[in-house]
Amino acid sequence: MKLAYWMYAGPAHIGTLRVASSFKNVHAIMHAPLGDDYFNVMRSMLERERDFTPVTASIVDRHVLARGSQEKVVDNIFRKDKQERPNLIVLTPTCTSSILQEDLQNFVDRASTISDSDVILADVNHYRVNELQAADRTLEQVVRYYLDKARRQGTLQLSLTDQPSANIIGVFTLGFHNQHDCRELKRLLKDLGIEINQIIPEGGFVENLHQLPKAWFNLVPYREVGLMTAKYLEKEFGMSYISTTPMGVVDIANCIRQIEEQINKLSPILLKKKVNYEPYIDEQTRFISQAAWFSRSIDCQNLTGKKAVVFGDATHAACITKILACEMGIRVSCAGTYCKHDEEWFKEQVQNFCDEILVTDDHTEVGDMIARIEPSAIFGTQMERHIGKRLDIPCGVISSPVHIQNFTLGYRPFLGYEGTNQVADLVYNSFTLGMEDHLLEIFGGHDTKEVITKSLSTDSDLTWNSESQLELNKIPGFVRGKIKRNTEKFARQNGIVNITIETMYAAKEALNA
Amino acid sequence: MSIKISETLTFECETGNYHTFCPISCVAWLYQKIEDSFFLVVGTKTCGYFLQNALGVMIFAEPRYAMAELEEGDISAQLNDYQELKRLCLQIKKDRNPSVIVWIGTCTTEIIKMDLEGMAPKLENEIEIPIIVARANGLDYAFTQGEDTVLAAIAHRCPEQEDLIDNKHKNGNKSIDKLFSFLPIETEKKNKQSIINSKNKTPLVLFGSLPSTVASQLSLELNRQSINVSGWLPAQRYTDLPILGKNVYVCGVNPFLSRTATTLMRRRKCKLIGAPFPIGPDGTRAWIEEICSAFGIKTQGLEEREQQIWESLKNYLNLVRGKSVFFMGDNLLEISLARFLIRCGMIVYEIGIPYMDKRYQAAELTLLQTTCKKMSIPMPRIVEKPDNYNQIQRMRELQPDLAITGMAHANPLEARGINTKWSVEFTFAQIHGFTNAKDVLELVTRPLRRNNNLENLGWTDLVKER
Repeated sequence: MKLAYWMYAGPAHIGTLRVASSFKNVHAIMHAPLGDDYFNVMRSMLERERDFTPVTASIVDRHVLARGSQEKVVDNIFRKDKQERPNLIVLTPTCTSSILQEDLQNFVDRASTISDSDVILADVNHYRVNELQAADRTLEQVVRYYLDKARRQGTLQLSLTDQPSANIIGVFTLGFHNQHDCRELKRLLKDLGIEINQIIPEGGFVENLHQLPKAWFNLVPYREVGLMTAKYLEKEFGMSYISTTPMGVVDIANCIRQIEEQINKLSPILLKKKVNYEPYIDEQTRFISQAAWFSRSIDCQNLTGKKAVVFGDATHAACITKILACEMGIRVSCAGTYCKHDEEWFKEQVQNFCDEILVTDDHTEVGDMIARIEPSAIFGTQMERHIGKRLDIPCGVISSPVHIQNFTLGYRPFLGYEGTNQVADLVYNSFTLGMEDHLLEIFGGHDTKEVITKSLSTDSDLTWNSESQLELNKIPGFVRGKIKRNTEKFARQNGIVNITIETMYAAKEALNA
Repeated sequence: MSIKISETLTFECETGNYHTFCPISCVAWLYQKIEDSFFLVVGTKTCGYFLQNALGVMIFAEPRYAMAELEEGDISAQLNDYQELKRLCLQIKKDRNPSVIVWIGTCTTEIIKMDLEGMAPKLENEIEIPIIVARANGLDYAFTQGEDTVLAAIAHRCPEQEDLIDNKHKNGNKSIDKLFSFLPIETEKKNKQSIINSKNKTPLVLFGSLPSTVASQLSLELNRQSINVSGWLPAQRYTDLPILGKNVYVCGVNPFLSRTATTLMRRRKCKLIGAPFPIGPDGTRAWIEEICSAFGIKTQGLEEREQQIWESLKNYLNLVRGKSVFFMGDNLLEISLARFLIRCGMIVYEIGIPYMDKRYQAAELTLLQTTCKKMSIPMPRIVEKPDNYNQIQRMRELQPDLAITGMAHANPLEARGINTKWSVEFTFAQIHGFTNAKDVLELVTRPLRRNNNLENLGWTDLVKER
């Protein structure tokens, strides 16, 4: 047992649901007790999704506990099949159902004989993997299922596309700025003259998955989700993949050079020519992206040697650490991640770019580290933002878990050349705000007038009896002043001298009506 | 007015495939209500993730609740539950020093049959902090019923009436009287004073967790009828639990407290006053009247008070009159809210509700019936354990002016041109008593008011046809 208040990565089934609901026309059925379907709330609220989340629950209740699910799961799959006509139904076990040890695979087998949709059981162990690992696994499972199916049916498409093309793997719902990153990647590939073969899972159709091998290579922008799929495709179809995250000027260039290498393996044979992306990289780096110029500018000079702490998922924390250290000359005192399963990779990535490395999923450890280091700015998740608030240190949010304000309506990619601009803004704004705050503290606040004119009411003629005083103190601080003023105003209007609880409520009723 | 009005209430029951919050969410408001408590949810990552997401920013305010997160070793019984819980509770004692620790049992503890009730008394003795066990799990309960399980468990810990009366008698009659016999007039005066102030000599305990301001508003309303509220379950602090016993009258303030009511009646031998719930001015008046009649008191000025509140709601009533509502059902407040909205002049198509205790809600159901008759509108259908998919199909046909629904459906419905109000807000807003009737209508009319502003823009339907 572990005493826990907060977790960075959610339970396994969330990962499965995120992948399933990212595909178009795929429905997930959770084998779960009432109330476990809050994934729908998250998606509907955070992503501001217009459509009903294609996730329902086959409810586990007392009866199920006593007699087993029996026909219930099969019925629910069958019903959903008739109602929504999905291509695929993913039966998703939860922590509750996994200890019931019902033979869910048997339900799936039975259901798939009577339903028109394909049915699979998500293969994740709740007590061993987290949300991200489960998402990675589920994506691979779906891809494998459809490629195996295509192979059996002889519809597998193995011939490469005429023009260079790529699959983007791992963009999905509730991912940190994934929608914007995806748009930016599409633009980048278009600039390089590369067609997009498929983007999975976000917006993809499972019935098109058999065309995945047509692409010349796979691009996996995030460490957390997609690598397993890419490795499977490499093993089965010899497709190479690029897993360098194109975040930050240096890594974008790395990523593009790897793409160039990939294409030049095939292009001379298929198209009788070679590509050279160096001029593009140079043009973008020096003149299109503002980040390289920014790191030369006086603004960035002022940031030299300032201390920062970075914490987040492996991809974002590693990339931001490298950007801060190499591209902006900021001193990263500590870089950390909660992706404990990817510890080795992370350490290797950031080793030379920071003073210390922290791999933990305990937010109190992160908080203690930040308090000890006292950096000028933090780059972390929503949790670090709150730690920063408590310690009065500004924080830029760079990774999940995040809240609704990080699902922006405006265009905010982290990847690609536009992403470098966004990251530069984020970094710079975090630091200047900190500086501004500091100066304000030294010179004693913005507006000294306010202090003098604050108390408008003269507290001479009115007395609050002890009960009403007590009641007033129960009111949350930020509205107490207003309530006090309103009550006194009401008391004066009505010639009341002694304020009782009754007066308070009478005032509330009178003023609100 | 030629609408045919059905006389009887009809109850339907669907598949129970509906969206609601897990009952462990009750820790969110209960830990704030009971100031010296600590809530320990014994469950998995799934429970923790729910709390962290559902409770939003509250998690960052150093809450007095935590997860005892079960790991693989706990599930397969490689670890000793008792030792593990002891370790965590000692840590909580050290860090927070609460007056009570509430263990919330979850689905997982049910399935692996962890004997929380058995372990609690033992551990309680060992660490010297009361431990209360409430099984608020998704296998058995929905959302607000979580509070019901906690209050039912706390009810067992309230001090017994007899003991205290005996003590008082001994002390009061003999020692103190003797000591202060030189001050007879003072004591008599005091006694008289308290009798004048409250006509009820039998104590009245109200049950249901309300923000302290709302609790004192309700107490005050009863005071005006010269009824003295002797205690609340739960009180602001665990150490201030009310005295219960044979002669104590109890009355509920929320419709989802049927287990608590049963416990108070059967186990603590209290007398339950069955009343509609004090939601809306009509409900509040009926609630006060029922309590007064139990004490044989004639109400004073209640009718005028209700009238005055209705008067102050005029602007809102103009907005809602004639509009239709559909309750998808997820928090058990539905019957009371529907009754109030019908009285406001709205038409209710359907009242979805997770669970319907017809005995505990009897008075509320009767008031619903009379309200429908009075307003000459047909009785709405009451759907227990609704099926959200079917409800959405029905809503497509009915096109209600307002759907009161959970957050999972709100945005998709809005995109399809149906106004929605999140049902959860009714659980967290102050909706009880005369004073807060306005707040209910403020919530109900918000989407209507918002849409009055956006009406002429021509973009109500925002989904592409598939």
